Amino acid sequence: MTVSIIRFGGSNCDRDAERALEHLGIDAEIVWHEDGLPEETTGVVLPGGFSYGDYLRAGAMAARAPIMDDVREAAADGTPVLGVCNGAQVGCESGLTEGAFTTNRSARFQCEHVYLRVERDDTPWTAHYDEGEVIEVPIAHGEGRYEIDDDRLDALEDDNRVLFRYCDEDGETGPAVNPNGSKHNVAGVLGERETVAVLMPHPERATLPDIGSTDGQGVLRGFESAETGV
Amino acid sequence: MTAYTATVTVRLKHGVLDPEAETTKQALERLDFELEDLRSADRFEIDLEAESADAASERASEMAERLLANPTIHDYDVEVDER
Repeated sequence: MTVSIIRFGGSNCDRDAERALEHLGIDAEIVWHEDGLPEETTGVVLPGGFSYGDYLRAGAMAARAPIMDDVREAAADGTPVLGVCNGAQVGCESGLTEGAFTTNRSARFQCEHVYLRVERDDTPWTAHYDEGEVIEVPIAHGEGRYEIDDDRLDALEDDNRVLFRYCDEDGETGPAVNPNGSKHNVAGVLGERETVAVLMPHPERATLPDIGSTDGQGVLRGFESAETGV
Repeated sequence: MTAYTATVTVRLKHGVLDPEAETTKQALERLDFELEDLRSADRFEIDLEAESADAASERASEMAERLLANPTIHDYDVEVDER
């Protein structure tokens, strides 16, 4: 099993993701987007960074790179796909997930630790947590405000496809603990299938014990289920 | 074929927060300008050749649909002029 971490020009969390996955014993390799998705791919990471310099909109260019056709196809077949930060923006721009991540309410780049509430524990990405559990992971983005029509947000919530929300230490959500102005404090959502997820916070930066919190490990362990078929 | 310039204007949908416009407005106020509100938009000028103005407009609209605008947060309009 090999997880492909897709590197676009301007990706910069690709190596972090590789190291974090390898720390968890999950085989991963960085794939240059022009080389296409390797056939043996058992999972896909769309990593963080600033693909194409965030030209036009964050993620807009990478979302339209030819390799994303392969990624959409793999996602439709049930291959786990995880978009982190810029990868989350790419995921939404490419239609893998609904909504858009756009300019923070503060209009500033924000780099800080946040608390997330796990909204459901029956997905590959959250099976290692309990529903309602609070985890601590960092964010580092200028365009992370989740935006979507109210009707579509209702539908998304009715479908139970919100995976993480920004919250306080005790799991309470609300405007005071919303770092970027995301609607309903949404930090991460699922795609049509539960095997596809995007989130703005960085689980790969909260995985290696040497650098602090390891709360993000559970998210990356979502790729283990592709191996075990759980 | 006729040469046209299609102008595509992409703006945030009504009701979508625009922190950059808000920041710009505040900066203008700091410069002592009086204003009530400010909205920003992206404008793309696309030179192309087409059979008709309608064909040019249709092609530019498709460009907006597929790349220039994000339908989740944007509205857009297209104007076509002979060049």
